[in-house]
Amino acid sequence: MQLTTRFGWLCLALGCAVLPVRSAVLPDDRADMMYHYYDGGGTKVTGPALLVRKDFAEQVSMYASAYTDTISGASIDVVTTASPYKEKRDERGLGIDYLHRNTLMGLSYTNSSERDYTANTVSASVAHEVFDGLTTLSLGYVVGHDQVGKTGTAFQEDVNRYQYKLGVAQVFTKSFLMNLEYEGVLEEGYLNSPYRAARLQGLLVPERYPGTRDSHAVALRAVKGFESSTEPGQLVSSLHLGYRYFSDTWTIKAHTAEVSYERRLNTRWLIEPRYRYYRQTAASFYADNFMTEMTYMARDKELSAFNSHSLGAKAAYSLFEQRLGLDRATLNFSYDYAKFSYDNFTDTRSGKAYEFDANIFQVFLSAWY
Amino acid sequence: MNAKFLVMLALAALSVGCSSQPWVMPYERGWLADPLMSLSRDPISDNYLQHVHDVREAARGASVGQGGGCGCN
Repeated sequence: MQLTTRFGWLCLALGCAVLPVRSAVLPDDRADMMYHYYDGGGTKVTGPALLVRKDFAEQVSMYASAYTDTISGASIDVVTTASPYKEKRDERGLGIDYLHRNTLMGLSYTNSSERDYTANTVSASVAHEVFDGLTTLSLGYVVGHDQVGKTGTAFQEDVNRYQYKLGVAQVFTKSFLMNLEYEGVLEEGYLNSPYRAARLQGLLVPERYPGTRDSHAVALRAVKGFESSTEPGQLVSSLHLGYRYFSDTWTIKAHTAEVSYERRLNTRWLIEPRYRYYRQTAASFYADNFMTEMTYMARDKELSAFNSHSLGAKAAYSLFEQRLGLDRATLNFSYDYAKFSYDNFTDTRSGKAYEFDANIFQVFLSAWY
Repeated sequence: MNAKFLVMLALAALSVGCSSQPWVMPYERGWLADPLMSLSRDPISDNYLQHVHDVREAARGASVGQGGGCGCN
């Protein structure tokens, strides 16, 4: 049985090996400069972001990224249990991609630091094209190590994270493709927040979380392109559909559905209206107010049952082509309005189920060279 | 021969078959290279939105953008 299985794998490998090779391509040489703004649930988060990518000798592409969050105000957790605060988070990333025939290999490192939280992440990925470039198989592995602190104290705990990714992208026709992706995440360590409290018979007590969490997520995405009615043969718009199913060992199950429509209005403008729906169930150890003391107790609204709707649009304006040594440049605007409604998380100030809305805005300049 | 072997043999046959006649010819692939057909047209924007979702939802993984860090509360 083992021999026949091995022979089967050999046949499959040989089948793939004789495919005519169509070279994969490196990502575009591109630089983006962004300012982002989030205002919702009593919290305001703003800051700049930068992403620059450049290839060398058409085989290697490197990128560097910088991202800053300046967080002010206080969310409902903080309002009801602690003082408002001001916080800053800096994220820096470096990555390299190496192209060999129809295989793209990537390696990246990201560091994120706040006064009370540091995260270091290393990731490796391989994407391989088969069936004359119509199918792309991808594998990814990510290792993360976080250090959790508490401002003004010597408190320090660790979190280790391991992520496994598997994907297949398939071109079905000249205007239709799909992507199926799986990601498993294994976490161990201190997984709760040192600031948040649970409620036990109305009294605030420290939260207690399990020391491990494993999760699985599967996403299916599809893109369909449409031809211009006035200019036959020209692609003028595309419809994007996505669905993700998530479950974890804390008994949380979540569904995410996304739809967007991208359309070129003329040679200058490209617009993209979009909608996103998210729904999740609660963790097994979540309660708005515990009646008896349990081994694990959480009152984190992100672990409660809730849903959110997000409606927004993105617009890109083409500034110029073939000028200033650049291939082209665009100015982009993005706005989303999101509403979060919690089934079983009481706003202790009003006694009603908590809900909030958020405004998410981005403006960014992109240049290709 | 077991079922697993037959499935592998069928996949191998399929892969060889496909290699001789791609169902979308190279000259038909212009649209596929267009940014409109990309799963992530603007990585910087998608990464940011992904981070916004990651810190407010329990679900993570299998996303178009890759969020990072904490920035919670």
